[in-house]
Amino acid sequence: MKQEQVPQDQENLNEGKLAKLYYATDDQGNYIKVNSIGWEPETVAMQQAWDVVNDEVEIARKKVIEGKASPLLYWIKKNIMTISMVAAYASTFGFLVRLHCKPSFFNRLSRKQLEKYAYTFRISVEELTDIERLKKNDR
Amino acid sequence: MTVNFDHKQSAHCESGVVSNLLRFHGMEFDEPMVFGIGSGLFFTYLPFVRVNGIPGVAYRIWPGQIFKRFSDRIGIKIERKKFSNPGKAMDELDRMLDKGQPVGMLTSVFFLDYLPAAYRFHFNAHNIIVFGKENGRYLVSDPVMEQTTDISYEDLARARFAKGMPEPSGRMYYPLLVPGDFSVEKALWTGIKQTSDHMTRIPMPLVGTKGMKYLAGRMRKWPERIGDRKAILWLGNLIRMQEEIGTGGAGFRFIYAAFLDQAGQKLNNEKLIDLSKQLTKNGDKLRDFAYYAGRVCKNRKSDTKTFAELGDILEECAQQEQAIFSELYEVSRSK
Repeated sequence: MKQEQVPQDQENLNEGKLAKLYYATDDQGNYIKVNSIGWEPETVAMQQAWDVVNDEVEIARKKVIEGKASPLLYWIKKNIMTISMVAAYASTFGFLVRLHCKPSFFNRLSRKQLEKYAYTFRISVEELTDIERLKKNDR
Repeated sequence: MTVNFDHKQSAHCESGVVSNLLRFHGMEFDEPMVFGIGSGLFFTYLPFVRVNGIPGVAYRIWPGQIFKRFSDRIGIKIERKKFSNPGKAMDELDRMLDKGQPVGMLTSVFFLDYLPAAYRFHFNAHNIIVFGKENGRYLVSDPVMEQTTDISYEDLARARFAKGMPEPSGRMYYPLLVPGDFSVEKALWTGIKQTSDHMTRIPMPLVGTKGMKYLAGRMRKWPERIGDRKAILWLGNLIRMQEEIGTGGAGFRFIYAAFLDQAGQKLNNEKLIDLSKQLTKNGDKLRDFAYYAGRVCKNRKSDTKTFAELGDILEECAQQEQAIFSELYEVSRSK
């Protein structure tokens, strides 16, 4: 890649915080370092990955509102976590986390258990159990 | 407590951290040099390792290896530590900072709030350097950032003790002893030999240029085997592994070509410079691949280029790399 070919696509997901470093060649064919603010194919691929995440969050949110799942499921998806990761953070077992994604089990959790999950997602217990807020949150 | 720390931006986090740490200890190694001597370039397709159901693909050697190989070859002694809990890990960090010792560490990008939100997935093997503490916030030299930045105690502790695969467990490291004299020439050739050997001579179908060829073959059948939607997701993952942050473009091929360029000049070896130019051309082809693959992902239909055509481009890359690295192996074998 020649130095003038290093892409500078305005449409990117870097929020102006980041201009990545690329290695490109100068007129003599020797390598120099050039910053790039973004490249479309990469942005497309990254956006696609986030679309998948956001879809799953939305599905989880609807399930919670319909009473088919507990808010725990929503927060797991929201934090892009897996069951085993949540189990590791909350120092519990995977199958328990899976059970707690069901409302009937979730509603019987002790304050201490809820605090563990709240710690995992870095929110308060009130935020964790607040279903009303999820209803308003129409994307 | 702060020290004077000279931060330089780099493309890849691991080689960038090594380069920045060594500069502090008075050794100047540019990032491509670290990447090349540490034999960072590789290719593997790992269809049986699935992340969210998407097969893994890597354009580089696994995390930690570059640093290990590089320090072995130059003769740097590294102190490595891991911890059982965040309190101990952060206390030890504070002690090292009080001594004026910048510390490299493994973190999860999910908790590094100075990065753009779009990059913050649970990737647990990101390397950064912490070189000081001011007003309760840690000063961070993140090699992918243009400038140094800072982070709170809480975020840093979380990032160092993220869960999932792999767990950083508060791992930190710093050079104990840098050698007075060493042979760069020997290290350069050892690094080149290992990379070219691994790219072309491992008798397994999923690694090196064979892996790339295998992936090209499999890719042609993705749409009929798993459906358009999934095939496009898998293709998107391929682009991300190749082009996302830390690759320097074209799945590390440009960094490695830069290394060959620098090594050729240092060793006065025309052959290496010539091979660098060939690898640059191949990198350009990989960029084309990502460009067309991006078009397919954007339209969500495979009408711009078919998966078969994309597979053809990738196979061509595999053939060229086979030729380049075979030649590189012949050149480096006798050294």
